[in-house]
Amino acid sequence: MSRSAGFGPALPAIVFLSVIFLFPVARFLSFSVEAGNLDWYAQALGKQLYLRVLWDTFEIAALVTFFCLLLGYPLGFLIATTTHFWATVGFVLVLLPLWTSVLVRTYAWMVLLGRNGVLNRLLIDGGITTEPLPLLHNFTGVMIGMVHVLLPYMVLLIYGAVRRLDPAIVQAAQGLGASTWQTFWRIYVPLTMNGIFAGCVIVFVLSLGFFITPALLGGGRVIMIAVLIEQQVRETLNWQFAAALSAVLLAATLLVYALAQRFAREESAS
Amino acid sequence: MASAELRLEGIGKRFGEVVALDNVSLVVERGELVTILGPSGSGKTTLLKVVAGFESPDHGSVKVDGVEIASLPPAKRNIGMMFQNYALFPHLNVRKNVAFSLEMRNTEKGEIDRRVTDALELVELAGYDERLPRQLSGGQQQRVALARAIVFNPRLLLLDEPFGALDRKLRETLQLEVRRLQQRLGLTTIFITHDQEEALVLSDRIAVMSKGAIQQIATRAEIYERPVNDFVADFVGESNIFHGVVSARNTVTLDNGRMLQVKSDATPGKRLGVLMRPERFSSSGANVFAGEVLDAIYLGASFKLRLRCESGIELLVRQPARGKLPMVAQRLTVGIDADELHLFDL
Repeated sequence: MSRSAGFGPALPAIVFLSVIFLFPVARFLSFSVEAGNLDWYAQALGKQLYLRVLWDTFEIAALVTFFCLLLGYPLGFLIATTTHFWATVGFVLVLLPLWTSVLVRTYAWMVLLGRNGVLNRLLIDGGITTEPLPLLHNFTGVMIGMVHVLLPYMVLLIYGAVRRLDPAIVQAAQGLGASTWQTFWRIYVPLTMNGIFAGCVIVFVLSLGFFITPALLGGGRVIMIAVLIEQQVRETLNWQFAAALSAVLLAATLLVYALAQRFAREESAS
Repeated sequence: MASAELRLEGIGKRFGEVVALDNVSLVVERGELVTILGPSGSGKTTLLKVVAGFESPDHGSVKVDGVEIASLPPAKRNIGMMFQNYALFPHLNVRKNVAFSLEMRNTEKGEIDRRVTDALELVELAGYDERLPRQLSGGQQQRVALARAIVFNPRLLLLDEPFGALDRKLRETLQLEVRRLQQRLGLTTIFITHDQEEALVLSDRIAVMSKGAIQQIATRAEIYERPVNDFVADFVGESNIFHGVVSARNTVTLDNGRMLQVKSDATPGKRLGVLMRPERFSSSGANVFAGEVLDAIYLGASFKLRLRCESGIELLVRQPARGKLPMVAQRLTVGIDADELHLFDL
């Protein structure tokens, strides 16, 4: 089907994106090969230190995705299957944080998780612990913050998938003798798999490039690749290396996305 | 066969202000097929959901073979169901769809295989085991749904307008197949539909529902020939319905002034409804209507005519297709005998 006539209306947007986004990004990435060679890439992908950062980034992204799925599926499922009133309440609770700036949410976690933060004060004053729990400026803090920020995406995608499921299919399963547990694992999970998959891909890909949350909640101990890139730009002023790292991040993200597309297409073709 | 008797007593259900079920009582005998016939909003689907366990009644009891099942969840009721949009499991092939109920019951593998094969043969889908629902036609999907519903020897079978989405010929074929299977298995069955032709084809008895209440429950002949009120007379079959008063012995004067010869020993002054079925008219009779053809429809095997007669009476008449189709504005006279009219209380 030929859509050649369709470009006209899109032209202003294409021009805008090219000027504001594509061109600056391309120019920045070109710094990585300024010297005419791939030395910066050799450093980014060769030195143990930087490979470690890349690996940690993927590891954290995977863990965040896992916890988002663990918490997000029940939440999305509940919102999709409950009464109109509670569904609205659920939506507000999930969407309101989404509309709040990431910076504000991250600062809020700093207040909540600090040694003298709200959570530790409650636990100590309530006699549950004697020492404050180390929840901030470390891996735990970053995990809590990132899962919280990315959960709404997972919830919304799960919600969509559960809603699209024909309720008659669930009734049929129940009528045929399936218990709640069996209905969940044999019917709901397989038939919402595309929502699960989409949610995981989105959360994983977003996690890879996360900056604010690991920077603020990590206390310098959790170096994800975006944090490293920012250090190179702002502190070390090594824009060439920063560009190389950015190119690596971009390539990794596109690779994950491409693999996901491929996998999804194979699944739907079978 | 583990077929059961179903007894509904005084079932009531409200949704806020709306009365969905109004004191519904019904007995379906072992091996019988009862059709619950009614327009949308009549409560028939709600009644089905109460029997299946997806809704609980506000009051009343649901007894299967004398045992109250209202507290049982749907999964424990052992009731086979067929849905309008088939509701097959899209991610499972035909064999796994049918085997599902047996797997839920921890049936031994060899037995599952045997029974699924038997069920598929019963619905004439042997060899379709590996297909996925989306690779099947509507009629085939419905047959898989049927196999799935009966493979675990349910006590009851519930069908919720299962043929609505199919074309006419397929619908007729499947109606007869389901009926044959149901009779062969002796399975107690409740069939829900808004299609009165379907109800007449399939049922032992028909329960006509409107506004949450059963208007009449009787054999199909009884429902068609002797409806008890306006609603049933109008809903089932085509009808000419008038209201009037008994003015003398065997005479009814209609509200529009026309007098009719009837067979009745009701006391004068009693208000009655009069039903004249379109196919009961002939060219002469004790009651004669002379009129002008408004519409003449050719239906192949019959003619359907709308006549405007005196006193503002409009009649729907069906004649076997003999000779030429009458023309619009043509004058035509029809007659109907006293014992071809049906009278009902108002």
